[in-house]
Amino acid sequence: MQTATNTVDPAEIEKFQAMAAEWWNPNGKFKPLHMLNPCRLDYICAQVAAEFGRDLTGTLPFKGLRILDIGCGGGLLSEPMARLGAEVMGADAAERNIPVAQVHAAESGLEIDYRHTTAEALAEAGEQFDAVLNMEVVEHVADPLAYLTACQKLLKPGGLMVCSTINRNPKSFMMAIVGAEFVMRWLPKGTHDWSKFITPDELFDLLKSCGLEPVDRKGFVFNPIQWSWSLSERDLSVNYVTTSVKPA
Amino acid sequence: MKRDTDILIAGGGLNGSALALALAGVGFSVSIVDPVPPADKRSDEFDGRGYALALTSQRLLQALGIWPEVAGDAQPILQIKVSDGRASEGASPFVLEFDHGEIEEGPMGYMVEDRYLRRALMKAMDSASAVTQINSESVVAQDVDASGVTVTLSSGRTLRAGLLIGCDGRNSATATRAGIKRTGWNYDQTALVCAIGHQKAHDGIAHQFFMPSGPLAILPLPGNRSSIVWTETTAEAARIQRLSDDEYLAALQPRFGDFLGPIELAGQRFTYPLELTLADAFVADRTALVGDAAHRVHPIAGQGLNAGLKDVAALAEVLALSRRRGEDVGQSDVLMRYQRWRRFDTASLALATDTFNRLFSNDNGILRLGRDLGLGLVNSLPSLRRNLIREAAGLTGDLPKLLQGRPI
Repeated sequence: MQTATNTVDPAEIEKFQAMAAEWWNPNGKFKPLHMLNPCRLDYICAQVAAEFGRDLTGTLPFKGLRILDIGCGGGLLSEPMARLGAEVMGADAAERNIPVAQVHAAESGLEIDYRHTTAEALAEAGEQFDAVLNMEVVEHVADPLAYLTACQKLLKPGGLMVCSTINRNPKSFMMAIVGAEFVMRWLPKGTHDWSKFITPDELFDLLKSCGLEPVDRKGFVFNPIQWSWSLSERDLSVNYVTTSVKPA
Repeated sequence: MKRDTDILIAGGGLNGSALALALAGVGFSVSIVDPVPPADKRSDEFDGRGYALALTSQRLLQALGIWPEVAGDAQPILQIKVSDGRASEGASPFVLEFDHGEIEEGPMGYMVEDRYLRRALMKAMDSASAVTQINSESVVAQDVDASGVTVTLSSGRTLRAGLLIGCDGRNSATATRAGIKRTGWNYDQTALVCAIGHQKAHDGIAHQFFMPSGPLAILPLPGNRSSIVWTETTAEAARIQRLSDDEYLAALQPRFGDFLGPIELAGQRFTYPLELTLADAFVADRTALVGDAAHRVHPIAGQGLNAGLKDVAALAEVLALSRRRGEDVGQSDVLMRYQRWRRFDTASLALATDTFNRLFSNDNGILRLGRDLGLGLVNSLPSLRRNLIREAAGLTGDLPKLLQGRPI
């Protein structure tokens, strides 16, 4: 750790370290994340393109944008952002993920600044970004408000944060913990702690408390017939994603 | 290792060329390798080959901007007549008629000669700056690793790409080198293909006669000409192919009667053995198969090129969407989306045409009666008939955007 003050729960880091080597195998342990990835990328790309007036059908549409991927893992979001032309920093509190991500980016011919650090440390160092990707992280941190406040500081005025997490209700307990961890064995048991899950309204309140303006929220819905994820306007009952902007 | 091109296509036939244009249109750099010398590909001489383009295929050509180049030489198919027949007797009185007036989309399809389609595709590739044409060369080796594929050409030159697409036909070397096997069978039937000139007008009507030896299709070409696809047992086809042109015409004429008047040959004579094969997978690591390289169906419904262009449209759409979200388009989960989209559809088509052929290519009296009654029954039910027309025009199923004539 580069800083003494961080909000990452040490017990959580160890769980993900154990999983790091498998990051890039679409049929390996991270299969659920690989399955969700096109859906989250579509959402992120659409929001970033809309906010900064970029055309996704063009070449290097995100050129000139500085993007931070918090909890970058093996680089599943960082690499696509770099491929779209963004200047990307990938940060992860799990040290073992960094060399995995670096090796893979080099193989892919992409330049990405991967760092073993935290949002809090980067905010303290005065780093600034056009967009912060904060995907499936907030349910793992010890103090969500402190963490989101650090994320807010990392944004340039007019910057945008995409934040996804898991809702807290009986259905999400069944789906995310009983379903994904015990029945499907998509995730190791104990990956999630249901009491840390946050409802969309709670998340919006948190975002507002730390000075961000929430502008959008959608559900990620798994369709067992098509065996794939899609975005939903209405169904935010389990996995969901939000966009908020920092007032200019 | 730095990539020379985003995507390398092995095989520059109709599917390969259409795919190169579709991919270049959504921002990829494409290299297309074809063993045929350019002069041969651009020949304006009519060799007798033509394609029945489904409406969806025509829309794809429209979306790629090349339809205006071939429209003037295309014959709209206004009506399809399907009937049962025996060589000596001509068509049975039970005729199934499909008319374009029953669907709102216009003609049911178009007949286009190979030479015009090929020329239009070549011309479009010449003016597409993102397409690099490598002619008179073939791919002789492919080496896939974690971040790309290195392809070796017959000249010894190597090219690095993110994805290799095999459009190299039914004996696809791309598939073989990727370790993809094929499943299928031979029908012991061979299609005799030629173009004829005839005295009377065809009025834009396509005919399909189901003969005991196999189907006979008469497809209208511009002017008083038609394309013939005539199926016989392989032994009989070999015998007929050895006949002189006059004897050949003499054998052909009684099979469909004299409604077109006297006929003459208007091009070369070809034979194609009929087979049904399906690649065990349409994709492998950084490799995808398109068209005959992936599947070869019984050409009973003229669906070979149309099925290939469906692959083209689906693969181009999968790769375009993948590129726009910043994915590495050669990664296996991206390619699996293409396979999921196309392989089931292809297998269904293969099964349907096979069943159809087995039902019709025989002289069993009971089946023959059943067929005749069935054709009459279908004909009397407007909604069923309309669905069959839409199926033949390619308007059913989960349509890729290009097949709807829309940009990706």
